[in-house]
Amino acid sequence: MKKMLTAIALSAMLFYLPACKGKVKDADVKTAVEAALASTPGYSGLMVDVKDGAVTITGEVTEASAKTALQSTVSAVKGVKSVLDNTTVMAPPPPPAPDIAADDPLTKGVTDALKDHPGIKATVNDGVITVTGEIKAADWRKVKMALDGLKPKKVDASGLKVK
Amino acid sequence: MALQDKYKELLDAAKASGVNNLQAIEKDGVLYVDGEAPSGAVKDQLWDMYNKIDPNFLAGDMVMNVNVAAAAPGAKAKVTTEKSNLNIRKGPGTDQPIVGKAAHHSIVTLVSKTNDQWWLIRTDKGEEGYAYAQYLTPEG
Repeated sequence: MKKMLTAIALSAMLFYLPACKGKVKDADVKTAVEAALASTPGYSGLMVDVKDGAVTITGEVTEASAKTALQSTVSAVKGVKSVLDNTTVMAPPPPPAPDIAADDPLTKGVTDALKDHPGIKATVNDGVITVTGEIKAADWRKVKMALDGLKPKKVDASGLKVK
Repeated sequence: MALQDKYKELLDAAKASGVNNLQAIEKDGVLYVDGEAPSGAVKDQLWDMYNKIDPNFLAGDMVMNVNVAAAAPGAKAKVTTEKSNLNIRKGPGTDQPIVGKAAHHSIVTLVSKTNDQWWLIRTDKGEEGYAYAQYLTPEG
């Protein structure tokens, strides 16, 4: 009876041995996935978790295209059975804001710019210079150049008549 | 990005003609263009294109603050007023008292640049004070 059990145990071992040989350890998979991510830009700082060949990736990728490519990048690694992509795409950096001058320096600058052009008037409110009156085209070009140089939010000339 | 398209020709020309630190920011229906032109001719060329795209600059959808690269202190500048003499003032502002005059089309020395609007100048008669930069054209 004892012999019989040993035989069963032996054959069981023999049967399972080839299966064991083809299996890659989770730790090795993790290392390989991390290496694959490190060599691809946009994947820095991602966390890799492997359990029985099932890979879970968490963290932030820089772009949507990087997230799209993540699945194929990771599943190409040897020993990876499945990929769960739990990453999020980083919010894009806010666009640079234009440099707008405060109303006080704007008003002062507008006074200087209009001094030689009595035909037109301008008011400043919340960065917007509103110009009214009548002016020759060549003079208006000079005035507009000067006004734009003051860093206004906008130069509203809808009430201006250019001759 | 609609305004970047509207003024694309101008922005491309600015890039091609060597405008430094060129920046175009579009915000709330206004395109802000900043940069430093290598010469007054380039700045004029850009304003010509602006006038072509938006005749008489009436649309109010662009603020173009392209300056001409700062002339070095000691450089000469010509007084380019229409016909009158240029006021020289005690400080940078038309509220400042007039301390002298620079003759129309005379050459003055640029002492320093206070800001884009006001330059400290010295005439050949030795009068020194602040003049409105728009009426000064750097020589050479």
